[in-house]
Amino acid sequence: MMSDEPRTAPPPAITKVPSGIAGLDQITDGGLPHGRPTLVVGSAGAGKTMLGMQFIVRGALDYGEPGVFMSFEETAEELTQNFASLAYDLPDLIQRDLLRIDSVHVERSEIEETGEYELEGLFIRLGHAIDSIGARRVVLDAIEELFAGLSNHFILRAELRRLFHWLKERGVTAIVTGERGEDSLTRHGLEEYVADCVISLDQQLVDQVSTRHLRVIKYRGSPHGTNEFPFLIGRDGLSVFPITSVRLESIASHDHVPTGVERLDTMLGAGGYFRGSTVLILGGAGTGKSSLAAAFADATCRRGERCLYLSFEESLSQVVRNMRSIGLDLQPWIDQGNFQFHAHRPTMYGLELHLLSIIQLLDDIQPQAVILDPISAFLTTGPVKDVKVMLSRLVDLFKLRQITALFTVLADDATVDQSEIGISSLMDTWISLRNLESNGERNRGLFIMKSRGMAHSNQVREFVMTDHGIQLLDIYLGPGTVLTGSARRAQEALDRIDLATRQDELDRRQREVQQRRQAVEAQIAALQAEIRAAEAEIRTLLSEEASRDAANASVREEISRLRMADPAQSTS
Amino acid sequence: MPLVALGSSIELGTASDVFADGDPDETWQLRLYVAGASPRCMTAYANLKRICEERLAGRYDIELVDLLENPQLAAGDQILAIPTLVRKLPEPITKIIGDLSNTERVLVGLDLRPRPS
Repeated sequence: MMSDEPRTAPPPAITKVPSGIAGLDQITDGGLPHGRPTLVVGSAGAGKTMLGMQFIVRGALDYGEPGVFMSFEETAEELTQNFASLAYDLPDLIQRDLLRIDSVHVERSEIEETGEYELEGLFIRLGHAIDSIGARRVVLDAIEELFAGLSNHFILRAELRRLFHWLKERGVTAIVTGERGEDSLTRHGLEEYVADCVISLDQQLVDQVSTRHLRVIKYRGSPHGTNEFPFLIGRDGLSVFPITSVRLESIASHDHVPTGVERLDTMLGAGGYFRGSTVLILGGAGTGKSSLAAAFADATCRRGERCLYLSFEESLSQVVRNMRSIGLDLQPWIDQGNFQFHAHRPTMYGLELHLLSIIQLLDDIQPQAVILDPISAFLTTGPVKDVKVMLSRLVDLFKLRQITALFTVLADDATVDQSEIGISSLMDTWISLRNLESNGERNRGLFIMKSRGMAHSNQVREFVMTDHGIQLLDIYLGPGTVLTGSARRAQEALDRIDLATRQDELDRRQREVQQRRQAVEAQIAALQAEIRAAEAEIRTLLSEEASRDAANASVREEISRLRMADPAQSTS
Repeated sequence: MPLVALGSSIELGTASDVFADGDPDETWQLRLYVAGASPRCMTAYANLKRICEERLAGRYDIELVDLLENPQLAAGDQILAIPTLVRKLPEPITKIIGDLSNTERVLVGLDLRPRPS
C-alpha cells in the first residue's frame, strides 16, 4: 500500500490508491488521489454508479479497503439487485463488514423548511457508516439530488463545501458522482468543491453504434492521460482501454512457429512466422485466406498450443466443413479444446465492445495464436479511422502477450491499397494472395510482400488447395511471363519434350563419336599389324641372308683349302 | 414554493386560527432529531415546546433524539438536516427541518394550518 509517511524534500507527491477499474490506473498513473474526493461526471446511464460501486467492491475484495456506498438515487435493494447481474454479492460484503450501503432519500413534498439548519444528519450517517467498518473508501452517488430535495441552496452549498472538507479530514478516498450540466460540468457546479481529480464519462452514438468514453479532465498534482479512452461495461464491470498508454515495449521473439504450409516456412526463410508477430493475409474473394489461416490454426493445435479463431463471417460448422474439404480436420482440436472458435457479427456491437470481448477471450483462453477472419468486415461497423485505431490496439495487445496473430483482409486486386486499412505498416509479415487470370482460367498466386526480420523469398508461388492440404508450387517463369495452372503444366510438358529431344540428340552424337573412335582404333590396329608383318618379313630375309653367307663362307673355305690360299684373305 | 425566510418574520395570529388544532382526542407523537446541545438545536426545542403548549396542550409527546449519541437512528427516518422534527402521529408522517423559528411554517408543516395556495 501507499505510505503516508511525511517526506522532507521534495514536497510529498500525491499518493494514490488503485481504483479497481481495469485500465484507469494506467491512465491516472497509479489510481485515484489517496484521501481525497474524486468527481465523476456523466450523463444518465454513462456508468457513474457502476464506476463507484466497482471502486468500492474491488477496494474491499482486492485491496483490503472496506467502503461505504451512499446513494442519493437508489435504495439498497435496488443496488443489490442491479449489481447481482455483475456477480457482485453486496449482501455478502455487508455481512463481512466490508461494505455499508446507505440510501439517502429526500422527498421535497414531505419536508417543510423552517429556519436555519445544517446537514449534520448526513455527516453523522456517513461518519457512523465509516466508523462501523473502518471504511477507507466512500462513494457519494448522485449527491446533487439534494438540490431537488432541499430548497435552501445557500445552506446546501455551504454544507457540501463542509462535507468535502470533512471527507479529506477523515482521510477517506472518495468518489462523488454528478450528472453532467448544460453550462457547467455538473448541474449544480460540484466541481467547485471537488477539484482534485475530475473524471468524465460519456456515451456517444456514432453510426448507430454506441461507444462509451472516459476522460480524466483534471488531476491536481499528477500527470495523466488527457485523451478520451473508450471503456466498456462488461461481465467484470467497467474496463477502460488505454490506447496510448501501451508503449512499444514488447519483446521481439526469435522463435518461429510453423505456418502449417511447409513450403511457406521455407519461403519465409526462418521456418515460419516469428512467435508474437502479426501476419496480414490479404486477398480477394476465394483466394484462400481462410484456408491459409486454418492451416496455421491446425499447425498451432498440433504443437499442443491453443488457437483462438475469431470469425466475423462464418460459423464454426461452416469453417470446419470447408477446411475438411481441403484435408484439414479441425475437429480433433475442437474436441481437445485447443481450437477455440468464436463467431461475432461485426455489426452486433460497437468496436469497443468487440475489443473488450476479445480481451476477455484472451484472458479466458490464454491462446498462443489468434486468427481474425476477416478484419475487413469491421469496416461496416465504424469509420476507417476508428477501425484502424482498434486494430492497432489489438496489435499492441497481441505483441505484449506474445501472441502470434493472423489477420485476414478481403480485398480485390483493384482495391488492395485502400482496403488494407492502413494497417499493413503494423504488420510484421504481409502475405498477399492474388488471382492470376490467364488463358481462361484463374489460379492463385502467393506473394510475400514483406516479412520483417526474415530473409524471405521474393518469388511468387502458385497456391493450390488439394484434398490433402495446401501446397505451394513453383510457378513457370518464362521470358517475360509467369505461368500458372494448366498453362504452366502445358509449358512444362513442352519443356519436357524439348528436353527429351535434346537428350536424344546428345545420345546420338555420343554414339557417333564412339563409333568413330572404334573405326579409328581399328585402323590403328590394322596399320600396326601391317608394320608387324613388314618387320617379320625383314627378319626372315635377314636370317636367310645370314645362312647364305655362312654357306658361301664354307664354300670359299673349301675352295681356298683346295687352292691352298693364304688364310688371311678369307677373314675380310 | 418560495425559499424559506430565515428566522421568524410572521407573527402568530390568533384570529386567523380557524383551522386549528385537529381532532381533540388524538395524541401527537413528535420526534425532534438534534446533534448535541447546539444553540440551533436548543432554539428548535424551545420553539417546538412553545408551539405545542399553545396549540396542543396536554395531547402531545416530544421525543428528543440526539444523533451524536445514537447515530444509527438517523437512517431510519431519513434524517439529513439537523434539527429535524418528525410528526410520527397523526399520520401521515411529515418532516420539518430547521430551527422552527418560522412558526407559520411550522404550523403548515404540522398540518395545523392549511398550506398557502
